[in-house]
Amino acid sequence: MSIHRLIRQRFFPHLWCPGCGHGMILNALLHAVDELGIEQSQLCMVSGIGCSARISGYVDFHSMHTLHGRALAFATGLKLARPELKVFVPMGDGDAMAIGGNHFIHACRRNIDMVAIVMNNRIYGMTGGQYSPLSGRGIVATTAPYHSIDRDFDTVRLATGAGATFVARTTAFHVREISSLIKKAYEHKGFAVVEVLTQCPTYFGRKNKLGGPVQMLEWYRDNTAPLGSKKLAENPDLIPRGVFVDEEAPEYCSEYDSVIARAHKE
Amino acid sequence: MSSQICFVQGNEACVRGALYAGVRFFAGYPITPSTEIAEHLAEQLPRVGGKFVQMEDEIASMCAVCGASLAGFKAMTATSGPGFSLKQEALGYAIMAEIPCVVVDVQRGGPSTGLPTECSQGDLMQARWGAHGDHSIIALTASSIQDVFSTTVEAFNMAETYRTPVILLFDEVIGHMREKLEIPEQGVLPVVERLHTEVRAGVNYHPYLPREDGRLPMSDFGGVHRYNVTGLHHDIWGFPTQNADQVSKLNYHLYDKIENREHLLARWKEYYLDDAEQVIISYGSSARSCRQLVENRHHKGDRIGLLELQTLWPFPAKLVREKTARAKSIFVVEMNMGQLAAQVKPIVVNPDRVFRVNRVDGQLITPTDIGQVMRVIEGRGF
Repeated sequence: MSIHRLIRQRFFPHLWCPGCGHGMILNALLHAVDELGIEQSQLCMVSGIGCSARISGYVDFHSMHTLHGRALAFATGLKLARPELKVFVPMGDGDAMAIGGNHFIHACRRNIDMVAIVMNNRIYGMTGGQYSPLSGRGIVATTAPYHSIDRDFDTVRLATGAGATFVARTTAFHVREISSLIKKAYEHKGFAVVEVLTQCPTYFGRKNKLGGPVQMLEWYRDNTAPLGSKKLAENPDLIPRGVFVDEEAPEYCSEYDSVIARAHKE
Repeated sequence: MSSQICFVQGNEACVRGALYAGVRFFAGYPITPSTEIAEHLAEQLPRVGGKFVQMEDEIASMCAVCGASLAGFKAMTATSGPGFSLKQEALGYAIMAEIPCVVVDVQRGGPSTGLPTECSQGDLMQARWGAHGDHSIIALTASSIQDVFSTTVEAFNMAETYRTPVILLFDEVIGHMREKLEIPEQGVLPVVERLHTEVRAGVNYHPYLPREDGRLPMSDFGGVHRYNVTGLHHDIWGFPTQNADQVSKLNYHLYDKIENREHLLARWKEYYLDDAEQVIISYGSSARSCRQLVENRHHKGDRIGLLELQTLWPFPAKLVREKTARAKSIFVVEMNMGQLAAQVKPIVVNPDRVFRVNRVDGQLITPTDIGQVMRVIEGRGF
């Protein structure tokens, strides 16, 4: 029950729909924070706009609920100003990859020390079920009433290509795995991306006739497999989970210290 | 340490003023004609323990400034017209979340990409209403390099005092022109530091509860008090609300904290206004040409004076009304199609005697241009 100290109980019940995966991610996140033993006043949660972004209001950390897609830009200013702070940036798929796509790739490139959590339910939930850049071809949404013809981004490959030094993926079904990946991401020095595939039964599930939240979670159980597993080797079409990238590279705030040192010499 | 005399361009004077005021964070994106501000701060900020970052775009720069300011740093960005358009979203956020910061717009010709290297004063209304929704804003300007310096210090002071973004609306001529600058010793010009809350750790802190004097003490984000910041309408805790009373109260608070202080925020210079029958109103680089004309004609015995506005927003209506009360005619000189004139006309005693003198071709308006328009209006021909 110790994670209760990490939430602002007076703001519950939360606004997420029954069966939404975001609450499961919040739960996993709180356990990760608890197990890591991070001091609440050291932790900043910077979010954008959308269902996912509301996560920052529910936690009793420093919380900044910013603009759609811009959370990483706000977080960059904050972190650079005070590198001693621990920064988590939860984002939705539209938030991170559409309107915030530019900020996302540049945060990856800069390798500034923070944990970006992409809560990917493949739909804009708050505005009522429009397709996102992570929906993919053939998906039905309110703005794709016949089917979506847009190809989707692969968050892991995009983050990797843009230079993120820690990239991982899991799903809302694998709650303990979310916690363990967030812990690894936190302990990594540099820009860490954790994509969590999650379910929006209200819009994505209903529009695409995928059943309720249980069926959607089971789909994630059945259609994903850990990296390096026999299951994945035998079924290469499954979505891989796990840590894709974990490498050391100069971290931005530390590098800026070298700029300061040089500026003082000259 | 005594005062320091140098020969610098406006953009550098702005940087010197910002450093004098204690700026410790800059995020920006290259854009003509403001880039020198970023270049100088990239060099200077690490020397004083500050941070400089060139972000991926104008939007991100404004967002990063908000993040750094909340963390306790005096923060600024600089841009020009097209970038200023992009910054409006996060500028609105800074207004709503009451984040002190300074945004420099070194104006160039518009609309759109317009005239990147030529001068204009076309962003006056964008500075006022660029962000959506009802709000208020402070915007200052200057016509000399010395004034750029002191106005920049003022901008930081006002930003900290009122917990609001302040716009510095310079223009290409002022940004790139070189003049003598005397930098006073530290302590000569007042510098307003961040007002921190006296609420101790462990005691409830309300980030959006104004004191009796209207000011809102801050707690550095990431410090001892954990609170919420949002661009949504919020309560005194910073938590989103749709409660009609709280929404209305916040809207009036954001508007009144600036509009009700028009008299305190007004900065201006005046030349020969005491007995002037013809009053010229101008600002920024246009005011330099006006001053030249006024000096010449005053020495010839004409009863002509100049009111140079340094505070553009909130529009100093009372000041303008008083200073033009005895004028037979008023000429509003600016390098746009009459954006300030539209403010002047409704508030003066005789609106029919307000005339616009404009130039919008990217060239600096000259004393000759102004003189010619005045002659036509006075019925003296070309």
